[in-house]
Amino acid sequence: MVVQVDGPPPGAVRTRSRRPEREHRLARLDVRYSPYLYVTPFFLLFAIFGLYPLAYTFWVSLHDWDLLGVDPAFVGAQNYTQLMADADFWNSVVNTLGIFVLSTVPQLLAALWLANLLNRRLRARTTWRMAVLVPNVTSTAAVAIVFAVLFGREFGMINWLLDLVGVDAIDWKANRFAAWTAISAMVDWRWTGYNALIFLAAMQAIPRDLYESASIDGAGRARQFWSITVPLLKPTIIFAVIISTIGGLQLFTEPRLFNSGTNAIRGGPLRESQTMTMYMFENAFAPHYNFGYGSAVAWLLFALIAVVAAINVLILRRLGGGARKGDR
Amino acid sequence: MTRIWSAGRLTYPALTLTALLSIFPIYWMFVVASRSSDAMGQVPPPLTPGGNLGANITRLFANPDAHFLTGLVNSTIVAVSVTFSVVLFSTLAGFAFAKLRFRGRNALLMVIVATMMVPTQLGVIPLYLLMTKLNWNDRLPAVIVPALVTGFGVFMMRQYAAQAVSTELIEAARVDGCHTLRIYWNVVLPALRPAAAVLGLLTFMTTWNDFLWPYAVLNDPENPTVQLSLRALSDGYYQDMSQVFTGTAIATLPLLLVFVVFGRQIIGGIMEGAVKA
Repeated sequence: MVVQVDGPPPGAVRTRSRRPEREHRLARLDVRYSPYLYVTPFFLLFAIFGLYPLAYTFWVSLHDWDLLGVDPAFVGAQNYTQLMADADFWNSVVNTLGIFVLSTVPQLLAALWLANLLNRRLRARTTWRMAVLVPNVTSTAAVAIVFAVLFGREFGMINWLLDLVGVDAIDWKANRFAAWTAISAMVDWRWTGYNALIFLAAMQAIPRDLYESASIDGAGRARQFWSITVPLLKPTIIFAVIISTIGGLQLFTEPRLFNSGTNAIRGGPLRESQTMTMYMFENAFAPHYNFGYGSAVAWLLFALIAVVAAINVLILRRLGGGARKGDR
Repeated sequence: MTRIWSAGRLTYPALTLTALLSIFPIYWMFVVASRSSDAMGQVPPPLTPGGNLGANITRLFANPDAHFLTGLVNSTIVAVSVTFSVVLFSTLAGFAFAKLRFRGRNALLMVIVATMMVPTQLGVIPLYLLMTKLNWNDRLPAVIVPALVTGFGVFMMRQYAAQAVSTELIEAARVDGCHTLRIYWNVVLPALRPAAAVLGLLTFMTTWNDFLWPYAVLNDPENPTVQLSLRALSDGYYQDMSQVFTGTAIATLPLLLVFVVFGRQIIGGIMEGAVKA
């Protein structure tokens, strides 16, 4: 590309100015340095507002740091040792993992199934795709409030439906497992269609003759799905699992707005649905403003995300590693 | 052999059921929003819209705890500025990564991909301290400025620019003496327009929905985003559900409108991104 600027092409001569030397030098500077100019805004802003705060969280976590922040005392690992003995912290860890499993596993399985349905020859293709994606484009806070009402104890529609089939009313907010289920339902509702479209895109990239030869060999639909589709989808599935892990373990808006009232940040009367991000928030912001302690929670959550993501990838690699027909 | 691609006996019923489950909570939100506050206690629950929407809207906007109108205006300002900035910086950087040569290009691109995996939400505490220092607490720059760029946007534009922007056209423009910024404006941006539009729509929706960071940094109840207005309504001591649902319905409406008009493009954008990721 540079070469063409150097050699004067016939068509360009007319447009050259009276000061070719200077123009020439400017053009070279432009070609060499302007790319950096274009990528700098991203790196600069991300460094200031993304990376620096995350790294600085660790520094804050080593201090007894309150709202005034005047000369915070360095306390080393004290916040961390205190967390290790904090029952409310461990409660939030268990809740986070419980909600994560209940929301991610059914979601990805349902998305695979749904993608397989959408991969057929369908009438009104775009309409079906829009219908499954619409939960993803709604306001998270709004949906959390609506679901909190649907899962209400007295007048909730879910309890009304359960009553029709003879099940007693469930107090969704005051029962740990019930609260996990209700919150997971929101997450599943929001993300299943989105992941289905991601899987669908990957499915459409699989060459159809693979299925045709499998068909000739007498493999049925189910067999083809598990032996061709799923193994070839593995990179996409791993990608979806990592993204779900990063998002799912940081869950905040849904459990926060599932609970209401003055102490909603605690996630229910006995902290039945308080996630780790909520616990971080409870400690770090109003009314406690214990920045050091909250930062320690943030870093432990960061570590948990890294560990869970790594475990997931290892398991998934192993799963697809068996000698399967159609696996390459 | 093509039999396996045709719809089975259960395909349409299963899809219909999924579509109903997807749409019902949204539909029901509008039903409650259009009824009076005693709709909540009725058995069986009402499933058709009522005639109370206008009255609910009037009461909602007059609610002294919600500051709903301010919330709507603030969210619009925030979402529009962030969308504009993300599209601008992403197309610029995406163009550079796809079509310009510079030292360290591949390494920097890897860094961009890696930033997409960083849980930046965990940095809210120092970010809050930073905003205190800048004196931006309770003010809109606090929610706008940290969102001005996304790694996702840069990567998406880079992938699209690599195949949609003609290298010959860029070179021809250079020969004609165009400087790089001019090439961006006259050659690259027009070619990127479809993907930039999808990025803009996705960014607008994400920003409109953002909750945790505004909740942390905008503590003045009189200056909320619309999601914070919803929180105030939902946490209120006395809950009038038809009014709360009117709020959730209005907060969802812009997103639904965008989706109804541009749904096909949004779906295309999500699916194309998936194949390349």
